[in-house]
Amino acid sequence: MLQIDCPSCGARAQSEFSYERTLDSVVTLDMPADETVRRLYARANPRGFDEELWRHAFGCRQWLVLRRHRQTHEITSVAAFDPALHR
Amino acid sequence: MSGPSRLPGGPEPTLRFTFDGVPLRARTGDTLAAELLANGIGLVARSFKYHRPRGILSAGVEEPNALVTVGEGGRREPNTRATDVYVYDGLVAHSQNRWPSLAFDLGAINGLAARFLTAGFYYKTFFGPPSRWLLYERFIRRAAGLGKAPTTPDPDPYEHRSAFCDVLVVGGGPAGIAAARAGVQAGERVLLVEQDRIVSEAIDEARVLTRTTATGVWDHGFVTLVQRLVEPGQSPAPGQPAQRLWHVRARRIVLATGAIERPLTFAGNDRPGVMLSQAVRRYIERFKVLPGQRVVIATNNDDAYATADAIAAAGGTVVAILDSRAEKSAIANAAAHPVHTNAFPISTSGRRHHLHSVEADIWTECTRFEADLLAVSGGFTPVVHLHSQAGGALDWHEEIQAFVPGASRQAVSSVGAAAGDLPPVGTAVADLPNPKTSFIDFQNDVTAADIDLAWTEGYRSVEHLKRYTTLGMATDQGKTSNMAALARLASVAGVTIPQAGLTTFRAPFTPVTLGALAGADGGGHAAPSRRLALYDRHQRLAPLWQPLGLWHRPRAYPVAGETLHQAAVREACAVRTVAGIVDISTLAKFAVVGPDAAALLESVCATGIAKLAVGRGRYTFMLREDGMVMDDGTVWRLEENRYLLTSSTGGAERMEAHLSYAHRVLAPHLRVSVVAQQEHFAGIALAGPCAKDILAELTGITPPAHMGLAYAEIAGVPVLILAASYSGERAFELYAVASDAGTVWDALETATRARGGAPYGLEALEFLRIEKGHIVIGAEADGRTTPHDLQLERMLRKSGGFIGAAGLTRPALSAPDRLQLVGLTSDTPIPEGAMLVTATGEPVLGHVTSATGRVLGEGAVALGLLAGGRMRIGESLVATSPTRSQSARVTVTAPLFYDAEGTRYRD
Amino acid sequence: MKRYSALALLKAGLTGQRGWERAWRDPEPKKSYDIVIIGGGGHGLATAYYLAKVHGLRNIAVLEKGWIGGGNTGRNTTIVRSNYRQKPLHDLFDFALDLWEGMSDALNFNVMFSPRGALFLGHSDGDMTVLAQRGDALRCDGIDADLLTRAQVQKLVPLLDMAPDARFPIHGGLIQRRGGTARHDAVAWGYARAADALGVDVIQKCEVTGFAMTGGRVSGVVTTRGAIAAGRIGICVAGNSGPVAALAGLQLPIEAQTLQAFVTEPVKPMIDTVIMSQSLHCYISQSDKGGIVLGGDPDHFPSYAQRGLPPRIEKAAAEAIALVPALSRLRMVRCWAGTTDMSFDGSPILSALPVDGLYLNGGWCYGGFKATPASGWCYAHLLATGDNHPLAAPFAFDRFARGATIDEAGVGVLPQLR
Repeated sequence: MLQIDCPSCGARAQSEFSYERTLDSVVTLDMPADETVRRLYARANPRGFDEELWRHAFGCRQWLVLRRHRQTHEITSVAAFDPALHR
Repeated sequence: MSGPSRLPGGPEPTLRFTFDGVPLRARTGDTLAAELLANGIGLVARSFKYHRPRGILSAGVEEPNALVTVGEGGRREPNTRATDVYVYDGLVAHSQNRWPSLAFDLGAINGLAARFLTAGFYYKTFFGPPSRWLLYERFIRRAAGLGKAPTTPDPDPYEHRSAFCDVLVVGGGPAGIAAARAGVQAGERVLLVEQDRIVSEAIDEARVLTRTTATGVWDHGFVTLVQRLVEPGQSPAPGQPAQRLWHVRARRIVLATGAIERPLTFAGNDRPGVMLSQAVRRYIERFKVLPGQRVVIATNNDDAYATADAIAAAGGTVVAILDSRAEKSAIANAAAHPVHTNAFPISTSGRRHHLHSVEADIWTECTRFEADLLAVSGGFTPVVHLHSQAGGALDWHEEIQAFVPGASRQAVSSVGAAAGDLPPVGTAVADLPNPKTSFIDFQNDVTAADIDLAWTEGYRSVEHLKRYTTLGMATDQGKTSNMAALARLASVAGVTIPQAGLTTFRAPFTPVTLGALAGADGGGHAAPSRRLALYDRHQRLAPLWQPLGLWHRPRAYPVAGETLHQAAVREACAVRTVAGIVDISTLAKFAVVGPDAAALLESVCATGIAKLAVGRGRYTFMLREDGMVMDDGTVWRLEENRYLLTSSTGGAERMEAHLSYAHRVLAPHLRVSVVAQQEHFAGIALAGPCAKDILAELTGITPPAHMGLAYAEIAGVPVLILAASYSGERAFELYAVASDAGTVWDALETATRARGGAPYGLEALEFLRIEKGHIVIGAEADGRTTPHDLQLERMLRKSGGFIGAAGLTRPALSAPDRLQLVGLTSDTPIPEGAMLVTATGEPVLGHVTSATGRVLGEGAVALGLLAGGRMRIGESLVATSPTRSQSARVTVTAPLFYDAEGTRYRD
Repeated sequence: MKRYSALALLKAGLTGQRGWERAWRDPEPKKSYDIVIIGGGGHGLATAYYLAKVHGLRNIAVLEKGWIGGGNTGRNTTIVRSNYRQKPLHDLFDFALDLWEGMSDALNFNVMFSPRGALFLGHSDGDMTVLAQRGDALRCDGIDADLLTRAQVQKLVPLLDMAPDARFPIHGGLIQRRGGTARHDAVAWGYARAADALGVDVIQKCEVTGFAMTGGRVSGVVTTRGAIAAGRIGICVAGNSGPVAALAGLQLPIEAQTLQAFVTEPVKPMIDTVIMSQSLHCYISQSDKGGIVLGGDPDHFPSYAQRGLPPRIEKAAAEAIALVPALSRLRMVRCWAGTTDMSFDGSPILSALPVDGLYLNGGWCYGGFKATPASGWCYAHLLATGDNHPLAAPFAFDRFARGATIDEAGVGVLPQLR
């Protein structure tokens, strides 16, 4: 059970959150169709750090960006999703 | 007298217990193993493969041999280590894996065939067709397994609990207590756990849990503990659980988990009467039991000399100490016992299933000693399991010939013996003249010869070796065998032990019952049940309940002995001819409010939304990003900037997440709020030709036109009226705050029944909606269909800009032979789920998604998905269900069977 | 290859186990091969075997970074069945089932394929209709599937909780009698031994760290044991598909996810069939050694840790006890996890990649073990001829861009919904 530091709720158990998708898989509605399809169906899927979108589903319901290592599960940062920073 | 016995003096044994039906007495505070020894019982079990007689090797959880079944009925716990259960009054224990008795076990025949039954023998034979293997398997499976599982349910409750602490100390020995003290002094919240009943010293300011094992260390300081509140087979106090599983989050963890003594490898090292040296000491000093009268000690370190002293003090005779080291250490020199250096046990012999003599190699000469106890010590292995699970590295310590905790990845440290604070060992080993009976893994009957064989055959990595021979994979997870195995592997490979490889440590440290893992969620609570707000109203009518996910909803309300089908037909007819009411509370409902509400809805819904007038509603559907239809529902403009979106019950959580994503991630600049209201409002649909009159009578207003809305009151309760129809009749969805909805239901039920109508359930609703060709998420919209497949393409918003628009551009989604929504008619019942085939039977062209008999009239109608269905109207096909031996001739039609012009909606 | 047989065992027993040979050699990698398969799991080794056996190609190497069968082949719950709803899947898995039935004899290695039945329980009328639909689709395609009544299910698994007010009452089930279990390690070892006997080099402790490219085409691999040139290279690394493909600059429609399983202490026979559920996500079977093998939901977030988290184990235990109450007092002795390669439609990818000379066999999600022989057969066909086998043709890499996905669960792109 990972522990995730929600910016508004503090350190909470992973069971309160749901993993949604990687940050680089987000497709906005103004993207051209072929770019959308390409992004939907390709992932870096690294065996290292990646940036992921999680939602604090059973807490404040914020969308959070986690930087997390996929082998060690180390979480180096948790921040509220901010389109200015994260898109 | 020979063999184990209780030491004289001390309190009378007053607890009564039985072993294999024999009544015995025990002292309070003793383990079953101690009491079996006290009662002179050395033969306790039969080994897994060869059915060799086995006794008690250890005094702890590392015990590989003394597995017994404890408890009766639903409390029966097979494969219980006798060393890890404390005797209580009335304890019932049985030996396992033997027939007809422990002393005379026919299974020992396997032992005679041992030379043929080596490791992996079953990979090299039993060829032939799979049916023949099934036959062999029946015998193999009967011979396999140790104890017998209970056949009745477990009567005891289990519990989960959480705890948070600054320091978790695992182990209540001196090192653990010291670490706990240090934490307390530093002002930390300390939790100390000990798997035994006692800790070495009381410590007040720390929270101490005994009979509690740390089973696993996971990520971010998360640790699982299993606490035994009663012993196996014992009834817990009323209201108490039998076991408790703790979820602990610790800022740091101190492992004071000690070390496990290693047995020695030699022929016949598995005989009852061969025991670990420290265990012998514990039986003498703590349990006042002398495991043997004439004792040989075999050791490669100084610790066993304390055992010799303890034996002598208890009145036993130390016949010889076989010290593998070439020179006497200081302790050895001071010993008041006969010490032989360069001495190794070579083999044992037995009489009546117990040790009788030990043959030793002393300076290459053979000497035989008569003995009824051989205490062995091959050194000590730190218990590094939890350190390793936490991602810590292991370092090799040459002086103690063991792996010790190295660099740690989490805040985990080890102290005491667990950190390697252990006596150095001599490294000389004797040759094994008889590797076939020199056991490495006692429980799985894996011998040194098996390891040699695995090496010869190329199974040389540690994991291959383990899997091929099954060593380390028994219930003791190799606690007494891992190092011996590595040593043998290293020797046969001609490398050092650290070069030979490392074993992986997997949770749990000791086995955990599934009941404890399930906690209170076992059995009936494995999933919550969601009840309707109007549950009491339904229950009064004794409905047939139907599950959908976690919900329970009324399927029909049979009266006077009706079957489900009869009730549903009657209810559906009532809706078509008079009126009916149905509970639609589980539909997802979202309030979407703000100046940009329409914009958000238009990003999620693939139909037009913005042009909807205030006071009006429309059908809508939503796509996944890949263009498939994900959900459908209705959207209503209650006010200029306030919309209500309804969607399917099954997709409620998904839609909530989807709306949140569309807003917070894709369009956070939109000025809108979305609130999920599924449970806040109960919903009742009133449908039928009399529905409008009933509503007018109850509200005093003119009911809104089809797809209009209004606010009113029913029986003093405010309701929102949405004039939508799922059934195909003139209908109204009425929403009221859930806690007040009962009053509304009562009024509607009375008024409806007065006109000859009735409440209807989901079965009748199915009949009605199929006739109208309304699709259902999960049936027609199965996650693989596009709007075009479902004949919804005309409603797609031409301006685009909705989720899924890009996915829809993919070429295969416009292929003409895709599965497309069609209607089907027949004179005979159409089996739901049946495959659609041509008259010749092949190939499969599609399937029936939903089917019903006509509500008013004869014959059957259905919806289906058919390859290229839009072009096949009028064709004759067969709906076939081989699994139910049903079929029907069907004609392909448009997916609409009732009131194609929609006249029923007009007033 | 010295043949295994009861007679050989007898002779060995009488001569002190003399005469056994290495099951497979430990060759030094050559400087080049016609075909290199990256990944020494069941699928990769089966591919090598069929390349040699069916296509007569011997200049083949299997490169395994650790020890063969150490990935998902050694971590799955050993269930074998072909009763998938979607035709391309059930056709492919049924071809596998045919091969399973003859595998032990073909490889001269007992993989203990046990057709003890694979049973899906239905807990409502709705479940039963869904199961009937699946069964009808299978039967119309010539694959065995039978609906069982409540009474028939009870007879098959007497320890199921048949109480009508159980939280998940049993209404009946769908059984594939030809399905069952097999010994997972034996599959890797059996294919390795047979492929090795035909001249294939099975090379362990050899990790691929890069690809050599010549004019836009892969010409070889860079490994921890040196550079190896190759005409065609087949990636076959399950959960590691992403990192290995990344070495060639490719991104895949795959995300790595952890799937756990656990086993109890061995007990005398109590469950003779493989039990799965239409509504619950746990599955239960009893191994030949006597332990009850249990699995459940994956951990729904990306991970390569091969280590899961307690909530999934606890939920699987709770569901298992809801189905078979007698399991409560049995003890979990070991839990483990594998890294599943979750494809974005839930179906495998068996295909050429957009880089010339490079091929992928992956994306099997949590269903790869049962497909092992068919996966190997089809991948061998692709690597040998350059064209996909008809059964594997639907599983092309470009199907996602084209929109021709095969989505058994119907949940779309995000793996954690699967």
